[in-house]
Amino acid sequence: MTDFTASAGAASALDPAAAQKRRAQRHRANARFRLYGLAAIVLAVAFLAIIIADITFKALPAFTQSTLQIDVPLASEFIDPADAKAGDYDGAVRAALRNQFPNSTTKADRKAIGSLVSGSAGDPLKALALSDPQRLGQTVPSNVLLSSDADLYAKGITASVATAAGIGAAKPSGVSGPVTIEFAQGAFANTPGIDRESFDATSPALLIAINGGVVRINTIKGGRAEGESLVPLTSAEPASSGAWRPIFIRTPESQRKITDLQVAFVELLKDKHVIGSKLNTAFFARGDSREPELAGILGSLTGTAFTMLITLGLCLPIGLGAAIYLEEFAPRNRLMHLIEVNINNLAAVPSIVFGLLGLAVFLNVFGMPRSSPFAGGLVLALLVLPTIIIAARAALKSVPPSIREAAIGIGATHQQAVFHHVLPMAMPGILTGTIIGMAHALGETAPLLMIGMIAFITDVPKNPLEAATVLPVQIFLWSDLPEAGFQSKTAAAILVLIFFLIAMNGLAVWLRTKFERRW
Amino acid sequence: MLHQVINPKADTAVSVHPDFGAHSVAKISAERVNVFYGEKHALKDVSVSIAEKSITAFIGPSGCGKSTFLRCINRMNDTITNCRITGDIRIDGQDIYARDVDPVELRSRIGMVFQRANPFPKSIYENVAYGPRIHALAAGRAGLDEIVEQSLRKAGLWDEVKDRLHESGTGLSGGQQQRLCIARTIAISPQIILMDEPCSALDPIATARIEELMEDLRQNYTIVIVTHSMQQAARVSQRTAFFHLGSLVEEGDTTTIFTNPKDQRTQDYITGRFG
Repeated sequence: MTDFTASAGAASALDPAAAQKRRAQRHRANARFRLYGLAAIVLAVAFLAIIIADITFKALPAFTQSTLQIDVPLASEFIDPADAKAGDYDGAVRAALRNQFPNSTTKADRKAIGSLVSGSAGDPLKALALSDPQRLGQTVPSNVLLSSDADLYAKGITASVATAAGIGAAKPSGVSGPVTIEFAQGAFANTPGIDRESFDATSPALLIAINGGVVRINTIKGGRAEGESLVPLTSAEPASSGAWRPIFIRTPESQRKITDLQVAFVELLKDKHVIGSKLNTAFFARGDSREPELAGILGSLTGTAFTMLITLGLCLPIGLGAAIYLEEFAPRNRLMHLIEVNINNLAAVPSIVFGLLGLAVFLNVFGMPRSSPFAGGLVLALLVLPTIIIAARAALKSVPPSIREAAIGIGATHQQAVFHHVLPMAMPGILTGTIIGMAHALGETAPLLMIGMIAFITDVPKNPLEAATVLPVQIFLWSDLPEAGFQSKTAAAILVLIFFLIAMNGLAVWLRTKFERRW
Repeated sequence: MLHQVINPKADTAVSVHPDFGAHSVAKISAERVNVFYGEKHALKDVSVSIAEKSITAFIGPSGCGKSTFLRCINRMNDTITNCRITGDIRIDGQDIYARDVDPVELRSRIGMVFQRANPFPKSIYENVAYGPRIHALAAGRAGLDEIVEQSLRKAGLWDEVKDRLHESGTGLSGGQQQRLCIARTIAISPQIILMDEPCSALDPIATARIEELMEDLRQNYTIVIVTHSMQQAARVSQRTAFFHLGSLVEEGDTTTIFTNPKDQRTQDYITGRFG
């Protein structure tokens, strides 16, 4: 080794040993830099994956909706056949649900049962009755929306629940009021975690579903569990092994929105196999709502679409025209230089300033409708215009001058040279810049708050002059609401927004590769 | 009216250069042309006459002003900001810098071939058809097809590309691209073709083909070529002008310039002592 370095280095360096040392150092620095780069990429990808996975996981519940399959009699008691429009369809649904529990008749019971279905549970029935009056007076099989609390419980989000068939026979002492249940040793072996002797509102809760009723347990001692019935049992006969089950709710009642009583009813409905789950198409078909189970993003999606169309319709022609003039035709003088510098400055102005400008000029001076996608589109157009001008100028500049010369050399006018040859070659770059700018506008919130697009609007806008909101503002609104049901809606809306951003960037890449011509 | 003159009312008694002999007339004549790029004095007092239907070569070291002068002839320098031109350039006796001359119309009759082949990133057909189309030289589709075929034939490219007229012009080889550019120039039926180092990026075989082509084109067109290769100038041109440091040093018959130059600088350049 030393021989080799000595002989090889002697010919090429003053000090072979030092030269070899330096070379080794340079190789190490090279390897070190590659490692840093790799580490940075891995870190970035990991963070991205974590964020996307987290949002997706949180959003999944919003894409399904629990429903209750029950037969609802459209009785004249609730709906007057002569005035079907004014009927109490929600009342009919609640009455049908209460009929499922004939022994639960107290006011608290009725309230708990009624709270299981959505406040607008009767809407589909109303639509059915109005379109087909023959159904009035009949009993209609119906898929009823569960309320948000019951829905989240059914999906296992708001409470951590363990339940499995009980082992061995269990014998209740009565059907209602205080009930003692005797069971065999190891009856809860399928339901791990039941290791305490007393239960109250601040501790995990233990319910036992047995003989068509539910008992809430207060204490367990040996083979005896003492408690009181939440839903009266149908009989006090001993239940055989597997015919009863404990429901262990790890989340204390004080820390969840759904009460033990409501849980008891939901669990009994589950036993009847009437609770199902369907794809939540309503999420994409409805506007905003105060009820999480009714809230959808169509309103904000339509608002976003209108806003983007206005923005694109203004930005592309104006931005392109400005870029072509500045790059190809403008005289190189002090004024043009000033304009160029200020376009670059505008690209760096905080977006909220454009919002204030929109408020002062578009709303107050020109009197445009507040909260409208039209005004929003104008404000975002101001925001995106510098980006598009800069991108388009860069794209025009990158076209080889020989193309202009070739066209001018055979007698084309400057305008013909630009429109026939330079512009087509610059188009991929211009489109990419435009789409990146539009993606920027798509995610913009602050300037739209200034012109009132933060309003709570339940209607889907029909034209750009109606009040509307946009996706990022909708996310902002939902993230602020206390109801647990809106958490998954927020995540789902973020997912939809990210989907559109990725789709737009994908389009940009596709356009670039499709129209790119090699020179 | 493809070969209409710039101004039919102009003086038709064009100047006859003393050196050209009885049958040759000066197509282009320049008097005391000066070009400034901002502060830089790029061309100094150049006066030269260029004979019709012949090949004139401009030679000289890099930066000597030969390309600048070439670009004055079709007013390509107009597109460069802060470029100022003084003096007098006449084509067929008409001052091309006169107020009533439209440079776009002028360029439609003076073709230009550039140093680097620059076909449009379009089909071969579209490359050739573009000029006739914007000048409305062809009557209908058939007329345009005819012009495209004739132009490609004259440029010696027809047999190589006739089966792929609708493929991209940029897919051709370097020599073919340059001949495509010549075909594109011929398609607008110019009287003069300016060539700015047309072979500098080509291999010797492609160069030989272009030179043959130039020899054919000489029958119908006045050709001015800027070249770095003295051999090329000697091979293709009838007359040669030697530029040095922005001035025209010497101009005359190619054979005279290369065998018996009057100026010492010309002598030094052609013998390879500088440049």
